[in-house]
Amino acid sequence: MDELVQRFLAGDRRALARVITRVENGTLEGRDYVRALFPHSGRAHIVGITGGAGSGKSTLTGALAAEIRRRQKTVAIIAVDPSSPFTHGALLGDRIRMQDVTMDPGVYMRSMAGRGALGGLAPAIADVVAVVDAFGFDYIIIETIGAGQDEVEIAGTAMTTVLVNNPGTGDDIQALKAGIIEIADILVVNKADHPGADVLVSQLQALLALSPADERRPPILKTIATRGEGLAPLIDAIDEHRAYLEQSGQLAAHREEDARHQLLAITQQLLLDEIRKAAPEAVIATLTDRIASRQLDPHTAAEELAALVLPRA
Amino acid sequence: MSTATATGKIRVLIAKPGLDGHDRGAKVVARALRDGGCEVIYTGIRQTPEMIAEAALQEDVDVVGLSILSGAHLELFPRVVEELKKRGLDDVLLFCGGIIPEEDTEALQKLGFKAIFRPGTNTQDIVKFVYDNVKK
Repeated sequence: MDELVQRFLAGDRRALARVITRVENGTLEGRDYVRALFPHSGRAHIVGITGGAGSGKSTLTGALAAEIRRRQKTVAIIAVDPSSPFTHGALLGDRIRMQDVTMDPGVYMRSMAGRGALGGLAPAIADVVAVVDAFGFDYIIIETIGAGQDEVEIAGTAMTTVLVNNPGTGDDIQALKAGIIEIADILVVNKADHPGADVLVSQLQALLALSPADERRPPILKTIATRGEGLAPLIDAIDEHRAYLEQSGQLAAHREEDARHQLLAITQQLLLDEIRKAAPEAVIATLTDRIASRQLDPHTAAEELAALVLPRA
Repeated sequence: MSTATATGKIRVLIAKPGLDGHDRGAKVVARALRDGGCEVIYTGIRQTPEMIAEAALQEDVDVVGLSILSGAHLELFPRVVEELKKRGLDDVLLFCGGIIPEEDTEALQKLGFKAIFRPGTNTQDIVKFVYDNVKK
């Protein structure tokens, strides 16, 4: 392990790739890599790109990476695609849209499978982001699984969340609904050469006008990612948002919140692992049967199960 | 030191080097491996040997499958293998498929290709090959 960490810290991209695999698999060894590399993380600006399937997230991410490189900065891309709920296999096709940047030594691009996680990300995303950050990129772009109305997990991991919208995908009532639109720090209208782009921009403007006056209003930007248009203003807006987060103290608050979330999520997993270790399958099966046959309610059953490792629970 | 451990998924890169634009076969194989439980990275058509090797490195794949229909396999495949080696990726499992004459089998085996799948192959055989041969 030490040898791989040394190569990683010396900037060996293959070492980075290998470490990510171990971390992604969530093994004990993977946890040790996070332990070793976490102190080196915390420098990158983490940008989330989310939006519906087919909204142009991958193309936009590739074009954004190219613009970042034009500014002499380095960037890692983590693109998440869904895993099959049945076979747990996945087809990861985001590289197809990012061909122009993937040969650039200042770009690292990694495809990740969702592996059953809800919320548009992957179970190990926080750990993977931490080690990629430790490698020393200026920006990390996380592209989520195609999101619908409620996949808001990205806002916990990313500092700046970009929501990609398209013309012709619903009336202004869609935008009024709670959920994903509330987490957007920047709104992008991609495929802005398609009919209805200006209508969508004014709908989004009208929507934002309804929010309290003292709240920061997310900028609305038009892009045509396939032609690389509108990307310079987008990276400017991302940088401006970063400056806003720093000046307003929200960056520190975001880090605190993310840290708290990770602490509790990992602890929850550790306790669950302990319960699984302590509880023979027969005990779980018996409790399951009693719930299914309505002899026992699920809360009492869970308390019995938890009591195996937590005597006072 | 392979990544295809009990908790990890087998990661496979399916790539099409060269200029032919017919990727039906590559997509069918990618889909079959997906259904077989692998995580398959598909990079699309017209990939240079450098792009394929770089994708294999960044994605830390256990397996690389190349598809070719143009007849340029004896020109392009050695360059892919060379680019993989240049990056230290000499332990990935290699296979290929497409329109590849029988007489080229030996040359490709010498290059390190563990299997050649021609038209008419049952996709389940490809999945089985990957699971049987990936380094554990």
